[in-house]
Parts: sequence; C-alpha cells; structure tokens
Amino acid sequence: MNMNIIPALPEILMAAMIVLILLVDAFVGEDKKSINTGITLIALISVYIVQVLVYNPHTQLAFNNMFILDSLAQGMKLVTYIVSFIVVLYIKQYITDKKLQKGEFYAIFLFVILGIMVMISADNMLILYVGLELLSLALYALVALNRDNIKSTEAAMKFFILGALGSGLLLFGISFIYGATGGQLQLEEVIKYTYQSDVPNNALLVFGLVFVVAGLVFKLGLVPFHMWIPDVYEGSSLATTTIIGTVTKIAGVVFVIRFLINGLVLLSPQWSLMLALLGVLSLFIGNIVAIAQTNIKRMLGYSTIAHMGFVAFGLMTVSVDGISSTLFYTIIYVLTSLAGFGALTMLSRGSYECESIDDLKGLSKTHPIYAGIILLVMFSLAGIPPLAGFYAKFKILEALIAVGYIKLATYTVIMSFIGAFYYLRIVKVMYFDENTIDLRLADVNIVSRSVLMLNALTLLVLGIVPSGVMAFCLKLISG
Amino acid sequence: MIGMTHFLILSAILFAIAVMGIFLNRKNIIVVLMSIELMLLAVNFNFITFSSFLHNIAGQIFVFFTLTVAAAESAIGLAILIILFRNLRSINVQDMDKLQG
Repeated sequence: MNMNIIPALPEILMAAMIVLILLVDAFVGEDKKSINTGITLIALISVYIVQVLVYNPHTQLAFNNMFILDSLAQGMKLVTYIVSFIVVLYIKQYITDKKLQKGEFYAIFLFVILGIMVMISADNMLILYVGLELLSLALYALVALNRDNIKSTEAAMKFFILGALGSGLLLFGISFIYGATGGQLQLEEVIKYTYQSDVPNNALLVFGLVFVVAGLVFKLGLVPFHMWIPDVYEGSSLATTTIIGTVTKIAGVVFVIRFLINGLVLLSPQWSLMLALLGVLSLFIGNIVAIAQTNIKRMLGYSTIAHMGFVAFGLMTVSVDGISSTLFYTIIYVLTSLAGFGALTMLSRGSYECESIDDLKGLSKTHPIYAGIILLVMFSLAGIPPLAGFYAKFKILEALIAVGYIKLATYTVIMSFIGAFYYLRIVKVMYFDENTIDLRLADVNIVSRSVLMLNALTLLVLGIVPSGVMAFCLKLISG
Repeated sequence: MIGMTHFLILSAILFAIAVMGIFLNRKNIIVVLMSIELMLLAVNFNFITFSSFLHNIAGQIFVFFTLTVAAAESAIGLAILIILFRNLRSINVQDMDKLQG
C-alpha cells in the first residue's frame, strides 16, 4: 500500500480553501462580498506555490497509485492556475455589476479548478471519472447560477442532459474496458494487459473503446457531440462562458491524452481513425455554421468546435511531435480565447451586455485599445502570421504531414481559409462600420486592464518566439 | 444456463432504452432525468456482472462511486429543473426553444 499524500497536497489545500470561502461568505455582510475575490486569488497563488514545492523530477504516485504527479500533470496544473488567476481578474468587475457576486460563484469556480486538477492527475479510470464529474457538476451549477435569466436556465438544462449523456457513454465504455482487460481500472495495468493480449481481435475492448471515445469527444465538443457548446456559450453569462471557454479546455485535452495515450495506445489504429473522422466533421460544421451567427458568443462556440477539430488531428498522429503540438495548440488557444472573452467581459458593464456582433460596430473609434485586443485575438484564431495561432496551426500541420496524412493537412488548410472569413468580419465591423450605439463605459480597474493588454501582447510575442513554450510542451510529453 | 453474455445483453438493452428515452422523448423533462438514471443503472449492472464473473472486487467499488455521483447529479438536475420551471412555467421539452441558431 502506497499511502503517500504529498503529491496531492495542492488538491487538499484547494479543498480547504473552498471550505474557507463558503465559511467566510456566510459571515460577511452584503457590502463586503468582494473579500471572496481576494480569497480566491490567494487560494490560486498558494496552490501554485505548493504545486511548485511538491515537484520533483521523478514521477510521484499517491493513494495506492491511483493519483499520479508526472511532468504532464505538473506542467498542465501550473498552466491551469495561471489561466484561472487571469480569469478571476477579468470577471470580477463583471460579476459585481451583474449581481452574481456571491460567495457561491467563487466556491463553485474553485470546485471546477479542483475537478480539473483531479482529472489531470488521475491514473485510474475511477479517479478520472470522479474528477470529470466534479468538474461537470460544478459547471452545470455555474451556468445555472444566473437563475432569473431564462436563457441561462435553459442552457443549464441542455448542458446537464447532454453532459450526463456524455458521462453515461464514457462509463459504459469504461465498464467494457474493465471487463475486457480482466478487471483492470488502473491505466498502466490496462496498457500492460493490451501488450500481452491479441488486441485487434478483442471485440469487447474495441466495443468499450467506441463508447469511451464518444464520451471523451462529448466533453471536448467534437461534431456530432457538439450540440451543447453553442447553446451553453450563448446562454450562460459572459463570466461563465469565459471559464468554460478557457480552463476546461485544458482539462479536456489532458483527459483525452491520459485515456487514449497512457491507457489505450495500442488501440491507436482504431481510435485515430475515429478522431480523424470526427475532426473532419468538426472543422466543416464549426467553420461553416459560425459564418451564419449574429451572436458573438455563439460564433466563438462554433469556432471552439473547429479548434477542437485541430486538437483531434494533433492527437490522431500518435507521435511525440503530434501530442506536444496538440498541447501547444491548446495552450495558445486557451490564451487567445482568454483575451477575447476578457475583452468582451470588460466591455459589458452595468446592465449592458456585449453579445451581438453589431454591438462591436465602430469600436475602434470609441475604444481603440479593446478593438486592438480583439483584432489580435481574431487574427490569432484565424491563424494569420505572425500571431501565435498561426504557429500552433503550423505545428499541427507539420505533425500531420510527418506521419503521411497529406490529404487531411490540405483539407485543414482549406477549412482554416473558410474560417478566416468570420474572424475577419469581426475586424471589419470594428474598424470600418459606423458606430450605432452609444458606449460610455466606466473603466475597469487598471490591473485587470493591463493584464488584458499583456495577454494580447503575449499572442504576438509567442507567435514570433514560440520555441520556449514549444520546448515546455515537448518536455511535458517526453517526461 | 444463464451466462455472462445474457447479463451484458440485458444491460445493453437497458442502456439503449435510456438513450432512446433521452432522444425520442418529446414531452417531459422529468422523463429525461429518469432516462439518465436508468442509463447509469445499466452501467452499474454491467460493472457488477464483470465484477462477479471475474471475481474482482474493483467493479463493485466503482458502482458505489457511480451511485453516489448519480445522486449528486440528480440533485443538480432537479434543482435546474426547478429554476427552469420558475422562468418557463412549463416542463415541456418543446418549450426549451430560446436558444437556436
């Protein structure tokens, strides 16, 4: 029995901080609710410090080997903390304005982070499932928290039903893998088993794999399991959309890597075909349907689907280059959409909600800085050099070509080309259309604004000198 | 003689009924919530079957976790249903049409 709990200390600290927020929130008055923001930021910083302290270059196992802290887990957790710290800075003014400022918001947000941490560190299918549910249940609550808004509640219901269906599919698949491998739930035992047995003829294992892949891509949001993404993006408040559109993507990608690469890599001929098919569909549906959208949140939802298609392509190469490019792509995508949602969140002040694409008309005249930030974000999402999005797409294409998928790479380029249309339309609306609505916004505090500007600047810098982050991703994969 | 295959087929049928209940149901959200529960129970049945035939206890432990999570899940689902009813004054699936595009 290995009952070492040191590697799990950040998780334990995070759980304690959540309890602290709930306790403090019960005792402070309505006018002092901003203390919750402070505790949340302190929680994220202290968890980051503890995470750095518990690190050692060897892979550490805890809780009878169910919990793993390897370089992938360590690196992606640190990225998660940084991203969630920035998210809190972006949304704190918004949730005060929109009267969402309650202790619950931050407590549930930290539960989301805790779920992500558990998922990233899981080495056992049971822990993966528990982490996933911790993340999903907290997200349903976060969407539904805006409870007097009919759109939000409807989005929460749809999210709940489809999310539960996704978890059900995943569990059904896990149960077959458990049976087919003779009672293994530990991912490294699953891989050992598949090395010994005649995998392609193990119908039960492949049957389980189909359901597992369906459940996994449900969480990533690939076509045809994407139905929840546009509705949830549009329906939830911008603060929640920012959370769903950024930090949870990290969890989704690491989740798929853990399951398919660490556990079922010998079945890669089967699952890479599935991922290729789903990726092709996602790029098509995501890019084409996004053109028709008038709501910017919904448009970014469809754009997410297209971007997850890229992630699927990166994973299906099953090479070290491909997987590290996927991680790089994910990090860049998260940083880009973080800046995009951050700008939208800061533009939505008071009772005003920056939602429709028409709301951005003539933004370059009224708010040149925000317009510049959104411009950088859109160029990066479209993959225009020299921004980071271009290099990320380039690395995925390189990995695809390296393993011989020339046709797929060509298709991807064509689809990105189509996708550039709707990103550039936003730029056109901001810079060349006449301003129709009077946008006089009180300024958000200087710290949040400078972080937003730094974030947008990072996209430019990482596009020019990507080697540092790329080496970081490569190190996470090769250990 | 009833073997493992029979149990697996039964749980697959239960799972299929649950998935159809979610997709084909055009009336009531409560039926959808019931289908979700049925789906998780079908999975539990699968785990117990394997656990019993493979003489491995881990599957039964998994069932405990699934049951607990399912309880939390239905609590959240019903809570969302209540706030949805307060806004919509209906629990009809077809009335959920504010988000479309």
